[in-house]
Amino acid sequence: MAFLERNMLTNNNQIVLKNIYKNFGNINALKNISMSTNSGKIHCILGDNGAGKSTLVNIVSGVFRADQGKYVVNDDEVSFSNPREAIEAGISTVYQNLAIIPIMNIYRNFFLGNEPIHNNYLNMMDKEFAIDTTKKELRKFDISIDNPKRSAGTLSGGERQILAIARALYFGAKILILDEPTSALGVKESNKVVEQIIQLKNKNINVILVSHNIDQAFMIGDKFFIIKNGELVGEFDKPDTSANKLRTILEK
Amino acid sequence: MISGEFDLSIGSLIGFSGMSVTLLTTETNLGMPLASILTLIIVLFIGYCNGITVVKSGLPSFIITLGSLFVIRGITIAVSKIITGRTQVGGLEESKGYGIMSTIFSNSFTISGTDFPISILWWLFFGVFGYLLLKHSQVGNWIFATGASKESAELMGIPVHNVRTSLFMLTAFCAWFIAITQITTFGGADVLRGEQKEFIAIIAVVIGGTLLTGGYGSILGTMIGALIFGIVKQGIIFAGADADWFQVFMGAMLISAVLVNGIFRKKYAY
Ligand SMILES: Nc1ncnc2c1ncn2[C@@H]1O[C@H](COP(=O)(O)OP(=O)(O)O)[C@@H](O)[C@H]1O
Ligand SMILES: [Mg+2]
Repeated sequence: MAFLERNMLTNNNQIVLKNIYKNFGNINALKNISMSTNSGKIHCILGDNGAGKSTLVNIVSGVFRADQGKYVVNDDEVSFSNPREAIEAGISTVYQNLAIIPIMNIYRNFFLGNEPIHNNYLNMMDKEFAIDTTKKELRKFDISIDNPKRSAGTLSGGERQILAIARALYFGAKILILDEPTSALGVKESNKVVEQIIQLKNKNINVILVSHNIDQAFMIGDKFFIIKNGELVGEFDKPDTSANKLRTILEK
Repeated sequence: MISGEFDLSIGSLIGFSGMSVTLLTTETNLGMPLASILTLIIVLFIGYCNGITVVKSGLPSFIITLGSLFVIRGITIAVSKIITGRTQVGGLEESKGYGIMSTIFSNSFTISGTDFPISILWWLFFGVFGYLLLKHSQVGNWIFATGASKESAELMGIPVHNVRTSLFMLTAFCAWFIAITQITTFGGADVLRGEQKEFIAIIAVVIGGTLLTGGYGSILGTMIGALIFGIVKQGIIFAGADADWFQVFMGAMLISAVLVNGIFRKKYAY
């Protein structure tokens, strides 16, 4: 694919949205949204409930198509018809509740939908590889699992989010969308996840983080987009703003 | 059931398959092997229809296949009556190809003087096949994921619709297989064969530890569940107790198994 080749040259995985509109019936969920995001940065999408954050994220991740406007990934205009196509283009989403399946074991979750196959005619899963890889990849994110055959439900909430992030990166995500990754977690678990999200910058990932925890977002974000009633009402780089300023705009 | 679906039509499909093979064999001159293959194609198509209806309508498979249970049984009885005027048809023994069919599906083999029905070998074969499919294949992982959470599975790119539809075809195939072993044993078919087999199957699976909500279960557990079912049934007959007690026992087993499985499920609460 053209954009993957270009990635290697520029090492930047960029998303550009130009004048995006999305309606549901007569609700204008998104109005004239234009923004861009780049590798090695954490971009926070802030807004009240119903502002249009999820709709925006769903367009980027291939769940919806925009009614109008351009969606450009690394200079190529794209129009994904499902999340699978976005994933193949290196854009992965970690959904809050659907990230992992608690009743299945850890390594089966890690390789869900991407099962490694032994090189034989019976198409059997290569479990040894799956187990080793799961251990190895999770260790990169400071989670040591002695037994990946444990059910994923025995992981803490934070560990589950991190598992989903590790999985997305292992399968080639360069652009990672996190929809409220810590909103269901306690403080300690939340900090674990935040620590790993910050690490994503060193891995040169383009991170798009949806949040309504302003203090936390300000702490980890590089760039902030404020959405109100489907419109982009503010766009700030970290040095130009503060958590309080962001809050004032949001609550205005 | 691991994929989160029920197929209540298997009992009726057993009756249908047996009658279809028997009628095609005795009323035409296809011979029994060809009649069996033709029937298999029809039965797989019925399974496909079950699956597609469940997937497209979004309704519970419990309801859809309850419908097919009655439709298929009704058709079997009606067609058998129209063609032969009876609900039991025999005379397969003299037909073309019966010998080879009964050798494959229902004869005995002898190990050091003891006779074993060949169905034991089939039982082991399907046990191993199911084990490999569920625990060691890619499709197995898809089946568990589909049962545990269709939404998550779909987001990870698993072809959930195809998984569900093919499993209805698989249960239809199994019903056909049982029917063949029955008619080669008895030399004919009865429209009522397979009645209540759908419930027996569910009981064996649940006693074997599979969760009614899907996403968890094993072939070994199911095989043990089926064994328990068979042993208890024989045991009660041998003990000379009234067969009614067997029903009481099975019902109680089913309820306890569901309760125990439910406790297990809570252990991995979301
Ligand atoms: N699938 C949908 N169908 C109809 N309306 C929707 C749908 N998704 C979102 N909306 C509407 O679009 C608006 C923005 O919603 P959403 O993007 O979910 O907001 P947020 O994630 O910021 O809370 C809301 O008014 C919501 O009711
Ligand atoms: Mg939302």
